Amino acid sequence: WTNMALLAAVVVVVLLLLLVFIRLYLVFKAGRNDPFRGKDSFTIVIVAGSAGGHTSEILRLAGSLSSSFCPRYYVVADTDRMSEEKISTFENSRGEPKHQFTICRIPRSREVRQAWSSSVISTFTSFCSSVPLMFTIRPDVVLCNGPGTCLPLCVAALLLGLLGLKKVVLVYVESVCRVQTLSLTGRILYRLSDYFFVQWPSLRDKYPKSIFLGRIV
Amino acid sequence: MKTVFVTVGTTRFDELIESITSPVNVQVLKDRGYERLVLQVGQGSLLPAADSCPHISLEAYRFKGSIADDIEQADLVISHAGAGSCLETLGAGKPLLVVVNDTLMDNHQLELARQLHMDSHLLYCTCRTLTETLRTMDLSVLRPFSPGQPKLFASFLDRALGLS
Repeated sequence: WTNMALLAAVVVVVLLLLLVFIRLYLVFKAGRNDPFRGKDSFTIVIVAGSAGGHTSEILRLAGSLSSSFCPRYYVVADTDRMSEEKISTFENSRGEPKHQFTICRIPRSREVRQAWSSSVISTFTSFCSSVPLMFTIRPDVVLCNGPGTCLPLCVAALLLGLLGLKKVVLVYVESVCRVQTLSLTGRILYRLSDYFFVQWPSLRDKYPKSIFLGRIV
Repeated sequence: MKTVFVTVGTTRFDELIESITSPVNVQVLKDRGYERLVLQVGQGSLLPAADSCPHISLEAYRFKGSIADDIEQADLVISHAGAGSCLETLGAGKPLLVVVNDTLMDNHQLELARQLHMDSHLLYCTCRTLTETLRTMDLSVLRPFSPGQPKLFASFLDRALGLS
């Protein structure tokens, strides 16, 4: 009898795994097709969230986007007042008739030089607030360039796709500071992003899936 | 008044501040026609007083909201290898000498400074070779740094998402 139970359990697990794989296959296959045919505006999440050069770089990219990318949601780490100011200044200078942007805050996932073990916990905390944020916004596109905050947000965005709720296009732009090696976030998101940009030829040569258009910030 | 602006960003780099204000380097700067020295010393322990360097006009401060004005007024910028300082200076079209802090190991920011040096956008030395570099440097070999092209990125994305 126990053998039968065991067999049943194994069969159930195998079936579940099969379902998961079919789901994954369908999600990724759908991603390859053109999910946005005929759409003329895209909700975009722009991950800023680090006081350093990341915010300046991402604002240069955001500033070049066509007006089809709206509404725009900026996500910053909750300790980061400086980025918030920069974003408001930048958005208000666009001179659009009404404000098409929102700033959202999530807990910072990793401080500079934070220990590896404690950053696992804080990344999890920030993941917990990324999920409801992503599920509420349901963006078409996520644009990020590597601050610690962007990993939990991207995983939350992928979760939307895995659950079949929304196909989110992940766009990652590695910082212009990275000439020879990818950042930790970059190495992870190289596999997970839909469009992965690098800004130096040496990185393009090392990472064949990456897109190189020269310096873009 | 020909001005040199020295910046260490948010870090500390006492060795550079000490070296650039040493009598020998001040003399070299004077010989090259520089008469004013502005220092942004960050978290360093040295904050030289205005009268500590005879023969050259000196100002020093730790931080400012923006160093754009100091870069704009400078005829030469001497900077640590930080990406932000390098890009801001080159973006403003100012000649840049990067002094590498060789006590920092495995600093990924060096990648960018090294590459920009290989592409002749900046000069590059350490504190040990600073005097020699100041004496012999030829700023005319520096190539202008063209701004990045975010428009290329935007039109790529438009095409990829099916916007015309």
